Amino acid sequence: MVLPVWWRKRIPRYRFVGALCKDCGRIHYPPRNACPYCGSRNLELVPLPRRGVLESYSIVYSVPGDNRLNAPLPIGLIRLENGVRVVAELTDVVPEKLENGIEVEAVIRRIGEDGETGTILYGVKFRPALGRK
Amino acid sequence: MGRRVAIVGTGHSKFGVRNDVNIPELAYEAIRQALDEAGIEKKDIDLVVTGYVGGWSSEGLAPVVVMEYAGLTGKPAYRIEAACATGSAAIKTAHDAVAAGEADIALVVGVEKMNESPTPTVVEFIGRAGNYFWEFENFGLTFPGYYALYATAYMQKYGATEEDLCKVAVKNHYYASFNPKAQFPRQITLEQCLKSRYIAWPLKLFDCSPITDGAAAVVLASEEIAEKLTDSPVWIEAIGVSSGTSNLSRRPYFTNLPAAKIAAQAAYKKAGIDPENPVKYLDLAEVHDCFTIAEIMAYEDLGFAKPGEGYKLIREEQTYIGGVIPVNLSGGLKAKGHPLAATGISMAVDLTRQLQGRVEKGRQAEIKHGRALAHNIGGTGHYAYVTIYSLSKPRSA
Repeated sequence: MVLPVWWRKRIPRYRFVGALCKDCGRIHYPPRNACPYCGSRNLELVPLPRRGVLESYSIVYSVPGDNRLNAPLPIGLIRLENGVRVVAELTDVVPEKLENGIEVEAVIRRIGEDGETGTILYGVKFRPALGRK
Repeated sequence: MGRRVAIVGTGHSKFGVRNDVNIPELAYEAIRQALDEAGIEKKDIDLVVTGYVGGWSSEGLAPVVVMEYAGLTGKPAYRIEAACATGSAAIKTAHDAVAAGEADIALVVGVEKMNESPTPTVVEFIGRAGNYFWEFENFGLTFPGYYALYATAYMQKYGATEEDLCKVAVKNHYYASFNPKAQFPRQITLEQCLKSRYIAWPLKLFDCSPITDGAAAVVLASEEIAEKLTDSPVWIEAIGVSSGTSNLSRRPYFTNLPAAKIAAQAAYKKAGIDPENPVKYLDLAEVHDCFTIAEIMAYEDLGFAKPGEGYKLIREEQTYIGGVIPVNLSGGLKAKGHPLAATGISMAVDLTRQLQGRVEKGRQAEIKHGRALAHNIGGTGHYAYVTIYSLSKPRSA
């Protein structure tokens, strides 16, 4: 990837944020510049709650590209405490013990390397929630 | 609005790994058959619409390559793409041109050679069918992975099992065994499916449609021309179209596909079909079983079963011939194969031949109402096309 692409993606990659529409109050993930519901462009990036509930999941065995070394890959569909939904990789899990409805929390983890430049990529993954809120 | 449009000729290549031919040769297998069935010559064609997703195959501009090979150079031409629903989108585009009076006879062809790239490349390419950065780049979620999220949510909410999913595969392989054009014209057992390896839990190898090379074609004609060409035109009675969010995380629920429901409602409304009981109006359906869970969700999205009861239809074998409504008598995407751009057209070809009572013994439905339905989905519910084909002339165009 070229430098401008890395720069453009630095916020969504390293910060777990959504976009709050200051006119209608909806929070969008992935973040965006305009609200698709009310048309407002008055949005700001806000941190998202780190906790949520696992709504669905899969263990992907057949993984393409550089990521294949990480297979099998547990993937979750998570509903955060504020109702916003996120699709993300799960970490620190035993696949057999996964179950819809368990509490999970967001953590920053290494997610791979860019093949061409060797840049280490970090991103948000979810793990079963530890301790109390 | 506009003129009535009918299918007057159909063509279908053998689906499978077709290393024996290149893209125009493969497309021509279907085109030649469709023109012969229609009894027309190349000079009679006013418009050629080519469905092609490409990316994995050598040709960049499939329409011009196919048309030069087929001797159709000079005709109006373009390429249509709507992911796995490309075939239906191509039919819709040609249908609209004929209905509007822009063309009297249109040729629609869909062709794909997915085996020109190695499997990991195809898996990666299809994995991008969604939202690249948010669902693919970060962690490499694959296409089976997307549908697996739906399967997990569905199974946990309604109590469907991996065995129920495999029963869809067993049925579709059973009917494919009577279809010589199918990629896998052979039966499988429930045990074979249940013991196959996981691709994306809970989906196993036998829950997934294959990587396929293939082509299909139909000739569409206006009412006036169609009635001159044939005694048994198959009318395009209604086409319902809808779309879904690119990000799965923006979907309202994960046990059905909203776009498919909207498309079905639109098609039923236009065709005068009671959406509460569509099976009373239909003899059979071809649905988009790219994964077994997709066929079960389709039963519900189309109103063949109530929400949460789709899996019971297959458990009780109600989608075999003789059941409530026979589904995927061609073998479906699962066993007939799924060359993306050819799939929707392949559905049209097979349903036309079914309605005319001329498919192979063992998979011919009983035709009572003279109506059939095609349900073609692009991506994970990103595009949805529901088309009603009919033996009787539609009330309105």
